[in-house]
Amino acid sequence: MQPSRLFSALSILMFSVSAHAAEVSVAVAANFTGPMEKIAPAFETATGHKLKIAYGTVGKFYAQVKNGAPFEVLVSADDETPKRLEKDGLALPETRFTYAIGKLMLWSATPGLVDDQGQVLKRGDFKRLAVANPKTAAYGSAAVAVMKNLGVLETLTPRLVTGENITQAYQFAATGNAELGFVALSQIYKDGKYSTGSYWAVPIELYPQIRQDAVILAKGKDNPAADALMAYLKSDAARKVIRAHGYEL
Amino acid sequence: MLLSEGDLQAIVLTLELASITTAILLVLGTPIAWWLARTKSWWKGPLGAVVALPLVLPPSVLGFYLLLTMGPHGPVGQFTQWLGLGTLPFTFWGLVVGSVFYSLPFMVQPVQNAFESIGDRPLEAAATLRASPLDTFFSVVLPLALPGFITASILTFAHTVGEFGVVLMIGGNIPGETRVASVQIYDHVEALDYGQAHRLSAVMLVFSFLVLLALYAWRPNPKKV
Repeated sequence: MQPSRLFSALSILMFSVSAHAAEVSVAVAANFTGPMEKIAPAFETATGHKLKIAYGTVGKFYAQVKNGAPFEVLVSADDETPKRLEKDGLALPETRFTYAIGKLMLWSATPGLVDDQGQVLKRGDFKRLAVANPKTAAYGSAAVAVMKNLGVLETLTPRLVTGENITQAYQFAATGNAELGFVALSQIYKDGKYSTGSYWAVPIELYPQIRQDAVILAKGKDNPAADALMAYLKSDAARKVIRAHGYEL
Repeated sequence: MLLSEGDLQAIVLTLELASITTAILLVLGTPIAWWLARTKSWWKGPLGAVVALPLVLPPSVLGFYLLLTMGPHGPVGQFTQWLGLGTLPFTFWGLVVGSVFYSLPFMVQPVQNAFESIGDRPLEAAATLRASPLDTFFSVVLPLALPGFITASILTFAHTVGEFGVVLMIGGNIPGETRVASVQIYDHVEALDYGQAHRLSAVMLVFSFLVLLALYAWRPNPKKV
């Protein structure tokens, strides 16, 4: 479909649903907080629907949805959790799509510490390296894959400090408690500018793609606001915001 | 085996943390409680409020400030670096410092109550027998306040075992160093490993019940006191 036709199709969809303003309860992965805070008001203005947003880690959302949480849409930090919810019959498979692809960065709040080849990992002149929990966070397992591919995982393991999620990994590095950390590009790149410090954009061949999927949950079936939100996440306006926050599409 | 090696390690670490915290608070908390119980100073109100703060503050607030102050740019962090100790977050001793703050009221308040209920008369009696203040403290006050100390120690220990928010903020989840049982359970749940989460949670539940049972069953008939 041509972009312009897609857009008009979307406008028609949005126009048709805005006649019946509804409310939709959305669970949003913590790493997508920044863009979502921009997308939400724009969505509400454009469609007349209301969003009720909860930010958190995806593992927690999974446990909550399995136990009857009233979420209608999951904007996940991975593609595993939405798939798992589909298998459990708690999400609508045909609605799932990748709204963003996460990019992994090695970052330090100290200028000059991280070189643009990531050699700092081999030099190892630091005490602590922050990562997101590899067991639960896609960015965490991506970071581990990078270290494994560079052959430094074993030497660095004793120096890893693990954040509950990528937000906490960033917080450890940003407060200087860890000299450097594997963070999401979206955390250090805002409105086309990198935050201060030093960074290495990890080559994408070094880690499995971090696909962030959104899906409508069973409780959101037949909620026009849930459909409208999915459509809006695919719109040019939303994609522009998502890109500006350092995600690929 | 009911529990994995990692779970056992987390339990041992939790018990170590709680024991050391309780021991430190016995030493630090007793003079604070004594002062609070005996003073007529204007400062009693403010200091009492500070001691009680961790009861009210969300652990995330405490953890956040600890992370900032103990970090390399914070005042405590600068001091520990100056001492050559490095920084405290992500270390076992960092958790001990956090737990001492977090559990402070659980030690001070019961001991303070015990001191207050002794009143002036035993102290005056001891003084007329020419007991030195220190002697009075150890041979009169301590035995009389012993139930308060036991209650306070059990509560402090149990409360430290139940710590989660502070550890999550300053721990960094390092096995054998900062990964205590509560964090380990949270990890299992996040990783959708509900079987392991159940087993470790059940152990914690039984343990906590037994501790409290010991506390309540031990407590002598209060009417006699």
